[in-house]
Amino acid sequence: MRDTDASLLESVAVQARVIKALFIREVLTRFGRHNIGFLWIFVEPMLFTLGVTALWTAIGASHGSSLPIAAFALTGYSSVLLWRNMPSRCIGAVLPNLSLMVHRNVKLIDIFLSRLILEAGGATMSFILLGIVFTTIGLINPPEDLLKIVGAWLMIAWFGAGLATLLGAWAEEFEIVEKLWHPASYLLFPLSGAAFLVDILPKQAQDIILYLPMVHGVELLREGYFGTVFVAHYDMAYMATCNAVLTFFGLVQVRRTARKIVPV
Amino acid sequence: MIELVDVSKFYQTRRGSKPVLEGINLKVTPGERLGILGRNGAGKSTLIRLIGGVESFQRGQINRTMTVSWPLAFAGGFHYALTGLDNLRFICRIYNVDIARATGFVSEFSELGLYLDEPIRHYSAGMRARLAFAISMAIEFDCFLIDEVVAVGDPRFHVRCNYELFEKRSDRAKIIVSHDVNFIRAHCSRAVVLLDGKLYHFDEIDDAYRFYDQTLQ
Repeated sequence: MRDTDASLLESVAVQARVIKALFIREVLTRFGRHNIGFLWIFVEPMLFTLGVTALWTAIGASHGSSLPIAAFALTGYSSVLLWRNMPSRCIGAVLPNLSLMVHRNVKLIDIFLSRLILEAGGATMSFILLGIVFTTIGLINPPEDLLKIVGAWLMIAWFGAGLATLLGAWAEEFEIVEKLWHPASYLLFPLSGAAFLVDILPKQAQDIILYLPMVHGVELLREGYFGTVFVAHYDMAYMATCNAVLTFFGLVQVRRTARKIVPV
Repeated sequence: MIELVDVSKFYQTRRGSKPVLEGINLKVTPGERLGILGRNGAGKSTLIRLIGGVESFQRGQINRTMTVSWPLAFAGGFHYALTGLDNLRFICRIYNVDIARATGFVSEFSELGLYLDEPIRHYSAGMRARLAFAISMAIEFDCFLIDEVVAVGDPRFHVRCNYELFEKRSDRAKIIVSHDVNFIRAHCSRAVVLLDGKLYHFDEIDDAYRFYDQTLQ
């Protein structure tokens, strides 16, 4: 099948317009214009992180370290929101947008990208705002190495985006993906490094847990925040490889799935 | 121009792949008005959706050197939870059209009034058709794809459609699917008939109709 339309440059401009339009449409149906409207984009994840921080503080869950619980919760739970919400939002993303796909420039990848930008943007704003607030009121110390934080954050976002693209496209072909994602995402949370430091685990457990790509990102994120008070374990080359593999198969599956979608 | 070269499409069914369109060749030049005839299920809508770039196909090639509207049909093109105006804005952003100007035209032409601020899911089929038609007129395409949609409106809507589409935009190409003989005869310069996945070309509309009538026997 060949379907010729536009040059590469024109296509980029069209895709940018489509993603922007889909982004606004997502915000409208998800948050509407009532009460604080689009501010929910980051208020929602902020409430999650605040709640978890409060809970962990209340029960004194120091997770086997001498770290300040607030810093621990902020880095841990924010990164969970970042990688876990993206797949959750991309699975089942097609149906509510199916009728919009009769506009031929609205492609499957645009639907995923608009949702990924929304999720990543919300989680990032929430992380930054809470970081500023916690630091200002003296709950946590300022980050030690901002560049490491940015790098780790981008790597976790990439992991989430790659996983979301693959699962989102798969879910259109195989219903079981959606069924399995719910328990999987729930079970992955305690294993993701959000609620523990790799260093406190026995060596054998460390080797196993470090097979999970997001653990590396969370460890680097924490090293950026308070690296002088604990020993971080990570291998960013390993995480990058996992991310690249996920992204590659995600894009292949998007191409396969897109051909099977029949807009109504 | 729009050009379909040897286009084939199959649907996967439980009993293997079923051809819907086989070796379709078709050229539509600027300003041309083409009617597509065929029985229910002959693949008319599928063909118009391929021309609109909505569905994929397995073989052949489609070239578009003019801008082509989305297929204006009973359903589709809108997000039902969004209001008429939000849908209008969405479509304007996609096709890079000034929202303020389009809004003025659409609210005037669609005569939907306050309903433009209501979610589309509360619209009747006729109201949706009016909105879809008005938006497509606000965007300006070189070629309009019309899948029966004009048929749903009331007589006043017909008159206004005819004026906007066939008088004001008489220089644009149109590809029309309709069962209404008089509609095709009044507005098309030639017609094609879809039968068993193949496309039959006729220079005279009457010849196309004679052939189409025989297929109905």
